[in-house]
This record gives sequence, structure tokens and C-alpha cells, in this order.
Amino acid sequence: MAKTHVTMKVNGAEVEGLVEPRTLLVHFIRENLQMTGTHIGCETTHCGACTVDIDGMSVKSCTMFAVQANGSDITTIEGMANADGTLSALQEGFRMMHGLQCGFCTPGMIMRAHRLLKENPSPSEQEIRMGISGNICRCTGYQNIVKAIQYAAAKINGVEFREAAE
Amino acid sequence: MIAPSPAGRDRPANVRALSAKDEWEETMIPGSFSYHRPASVADAVKLLSDLGEDARPLAGGHSLVPMMKLRLATPAHLVDLHGIAGLKGIRRDGNNLVIGAMTTQHDLLASDEVGKSVPILNEAALLIADPQVRYRGTIGGNVANGDPGNDMPALMMTLGATYRLEGPGGAREVAAAEFYQGAYFTALEPGEILTSISVPVPPAGHGYAYEKLKRKVGDYATAAAAVVLTMAGDKVATCTIGLTNVHETPLLAADAANAVIGTSLDATSLKNAAAAAEAIMSPAADARGPVEYRKHVGGIMVTRALQRAAANTK
Repeated sequence: MAKTHVTMKVNGAEVEGLVEPRTLLVHFIRENLQMTGTHIGCETTHCGACTVDIDGMSVKSCTMFAVQANGSDITTIEGMANADGTLSALQEGFRMMHGLQCGFCTPGMIMRAHRLLKENPSPSEQEIRMGISGNICRCTGYQNIVKAIQYAAAKINGVEFREAAE
Repeated sequence: MIAPSPAGRDRPANVRALSAKDEWEETMIPGSFSYHRPASVADAVKLLSDLGEDARPLAGGHSLVPMMKLRLATPAHLVDLHGIAGLKGIRRDGNNLVIGAMTTQHDLLASDEVGKSVPILNEAALLIADPQVRYRGTIGGNVANGDPGNDMPALMMTLGATYRLEGPGGAREVAAAEFYQGAYFTALEPGEILTSISVPVPPAGHGYAYEKLKRKVGDYATAAAAVVLTMAGDKVATCTIGLTNVHETPLLAADAANAVIGTSLDATSLKNAAAAAEAIMSPAADARGPVEYRKHVGGIMVTRALQRAAANTK
């Protein structure tokens, strides 16, 4: 099958590659671009581990072809740290609140939470839980992931984070 | 809707076993296809007509791409509709809300116009899949695919919506209620695509509810019911009821609606409506439960939707 030339912006850098039309975006990111922070969990659009940010949308990159992302602006977990290399508010939140155990779902969780907080900077606990309902974690029971996102929201909004009483 | 066992599992004994790599390729990687990205409806229709049965239109891709990974769909050509700007957007046209086929569920949720004039669409969109899927999944794909598990078809029938279909022979309008012929069989002719949906705006102050029982976020309905009604005093003046995933097509439950019109939704009327709705249900027994259970909860969804719709009339 003839390959197609694609160009896109990934974490601020212009990238290009030759792909078969059937190449899934997640495979292009991991194999062509060698950025393996975006994880492949289920490959059936259920788990959310492959979530990336495309033109302001959270997208499961296992359910989109790389050719469809031609010309788009993508952010992956590799683009989430602050410009000076320090952890972003969300990354810090996941660290401080123990929002991960095995860490497999974490890149997808952070990418989804990133877009959630852009659209709703002060989400309620319920809004956070619905907001990450497309991301599956099999370790944490979600409790500390919710806290991590609340921590990040407080930090971004410049207010003190208070953990809810257990 | 269906969760088929991956190719390579229930394989007949006379077919060679797959190596791990083969199995991965056959269950996770779609077959080869040529990719087309037309810039206009006319170009898309021409491509689909010229390429024939080997071509499929690609909207949000959240039904088709998983099917392609499982090799349950193996189109030789995909005609991606994302390049056609005119297919996206929501506008008010007189008493109708006209929704472009490539409008996503996320767009619907973000639309003040939808929230104001046809809020049941907003309510139902939130019950579809998960946030990521809603950024990609389109209203056109949801209604045109003919999947009995999809939520929007029964809503469109309940609202009296019409679909605009454009094909090699020109454009035509088909009522949602006339569109669904069987599971994955619709009124779409070869080469035709659904380009927009026209939804008559219900009267101001109408009551509405979409009650969907599902096992988890992202699941299709075990059973779901849509209700749009108006009240005159404490009596139901008009009522329409639609049902999702309890038959090979979405259903309008006319007898159930007639059972409550003129009543104050007393216990007997509600019971009659649920029984009339259950009488037309013929769900498949699947992982969501046996037939009797799915019909039973279908009746409960009708009851709950009627009560909530009546309570939120203004």
C-alpha cells in the first residue's frame, strides 16, 4: 500500500513521516516518533491510556489514523512539563497525591485532565470523575487521581489545596 | 453494540492457528485501505458512487475503526468526511434545529442553542460513551450507522426529526421514523451520505427525559426510553416515547404514549404504558441480560422517563 506523507506539530515541534493509511496515530507517535510516553492499553477505545491532545480535544489515539492527524497540533505527555523542565501542576499533583501506582494509565490520565482543566478550571469532584470516565485505572481506585487533579486545579487557580476529609 | 470475540479465538479447527504476531495484527491493526479526503459533499458522493461497495464513509470512526481492527469491516477505501467544512455546525432554521452530520457529541454539549431549545439532546449526548469518544463521535455517524445500541436514533424518532440524504441522484429528506429497516440496515442507498438532521423544536416548556440503564460508562443501553411531552394542567396533553436497544431497530412506542395522554400519570396509567412498551420490545439476550430482564427494565425506563418528563415541564 502506498505510503502517505504527513506533517504535524507534536509538542511544539514540526514532525513528518511516511505512513500507511491504516497506521493508527498511537503507532505513529510511538514507533515513528519514538515517543513512548503515550501508552497502548486495550487498543479498543475503552481504556484511555493512549489519550493525547489534538487541536484542543482529548482523543484516544488508537482510534484515529495518523493520516487524519495531518496538519494538526498535538500534545503528548512528553510535552507536559514546564518549559524549564520542572513538573507542571498536574504532574506535581499526581506526585504529591500519589495519583499513580503502576503508572501505566498515568500519561492518558494527565492528558485527559489537562483538557478537562482547560475547559473547566474549577471542576467539582463529580465533574472530575465524569471527566476522566474514559480512562481506566486498575490500581488506585481513582481516589488519589481525583485528589491529584484537585491539587492541580488549586495550584493553577492560585488557591491553597485542602484535601477533603476522608 | 457487539463485542465479538477477537478473530483468531473462535476459529474453526480446520483453519491454521495464528501465531501471536498474526493474531495481534488481525485483532489490532486494520486491513489496508486507500484514504480519501474530499472537500465537498459532491466529491464525497462521487467517490462513494465510483468506488462502490468497497468504500465506506468515515465520520468520527468510533464504530468503524474498532470494527476494522477486528477485521469485521475491511473496506478497500475510506472516504473521510472531516475535510468537508459544510457538514459541521448547528443552526436554527425557523422552528427547526438543523445539525450538520459531522457535528460531534461534544459540539452538541457545548451548544447553548441545543441546551435551550432541544435539551433532551444534551441530556442524551452526555450518556453516550465517554469524553474522549464524544470529541470524535458525530451525530451523523450515530444516526446513520443503524446500530440498534446507538442512542440518538430513538431520540430523533421521538422528536420527529428528518434526515437529509445526498447521493448521486440528488438530495432527499427521510423521516427518522422511516429510516431504520433492521440492524445496520437503513434507507441509505449506495453512494448516499447523511448530511444533516432537522429537528423540530418542541414547544417551550415541554417536558423531556432520556432514561438509560447501562452497566458502566461507555456501555450501550440495557434498555433506554426517551419521552417528550406537554401537559395541560395536571393532564398529559401530548406525548411521544422512543425506545433504544430493545429491538433490531429503534422503536416508537405509540400505544404506550396513548396510554398516558389525558391522564395525570397515575399508577394505573404508568403501568399500562410500561406494559404497552414492553409488548413491542424484542431485545436479544446478551451480556446485558436475558430477554425478560431487558424488557422488564425497558418498562421501568419508560415509567421513570414519563415521571421525570412530567416533573420538568414548565
